[in-house]
Amino acid sequence: MQSNQTLDARGLNCPLPILRTKKSLSSLQSGETLKVVSTDPGSLKDMASFCAQTGNTLLSSQQAGSDYEFVIRKA
Amino acid sequence: MNVTKLHPVSLPSMPTDLASLEAWFDQRLDEQLAAREAAKIPSLAIIATKGTMDMAYPPFILASTAAALGWDASIFFTFYGLELLKKDLTIKVSPLGNPAMPMKMPFGPEWLKRINMPIPNMLACNLPGFEHFATSMMEQTVKAKGVPSIRELRDICVESGVRLVACQMTVDLFNFRKDEFIPDIAEWIGATSYLAEAKKADVCLFI
Repeated sequence: MQSNQTLDARGLNCPLPILRTKKSLSSLQSGETLKVVSTDPGSLKDMASFCAQTGNTLLSSQQAGSDYEFVIRKA
Repeated sequence: MNVTKLHPVSLPSMPTDLASLEAWFDQRLDEQLAAREAAKIPSLAIIATKGTMDMAYPPFILASTAAALGWDASIFFTFYGLELLKKDLTIKVSPLGNPAMPMKMPFGPEWLKRINMPIPNMLACNLPGFEHFATSMMEQTVKAKGVPSIRELRDICVESGVRLVACQMTVDLFNFRKDEFIPDIAEWIGATSYLAEAKKADVCLFI
């Protein structure tokens, strides 16, 4: 699936992946999708929690090698 | 009990006997409370009282994350916490009197980076420049692990609208000048004003 924007958060640690995600989402229109790639294991739970609290939809969350990939649809 | 007196205007969905009316009211109340809860913006109020690097991270990380979640977040800086608002941010960290602080190499092979080298207080307080050394090691570790610097986190807090408030009494107590501090401080206040703010917060932390 093609995302509207991709955020490379690899090498960043808590809380930067979430803060950058929030920033990237703010430049998107409602319904558009953002792909986030991170290496922070904490972002697995944090991204789900972030989406649950902000009303954005976590379309997918998966591990690919040492990377974690998330696709978020903006509310 | 005359029900019609309580509700002169009866809604179509409203029952008329007392038992049903009570059940109807309870249900309406639950719905209203749930709607209010859902519409509420959560708030965080942190009191930051320490000016060392280890104690600077929690308030800035929690407040910036809360702001990213759409919360109303504020930090009240008091006593040594005020150091964190200085334009010239020279915060340090030391294992002296801080026995749980790990002393690990920020660089080198993995096996070396895992070894903890606790520094006895006798050494830490007598070696000139030890605090500077420990701070520099910590800064390198933070950078290598992709954790933002305190300055970076503070900038994010400012950008994301975290309300930074500072203690008026501390400035007077330590003879600081207000122009030593960043201009992003929303207000200089005292205990009374901050308690009023903290009282309304869903999460209030003393750090």
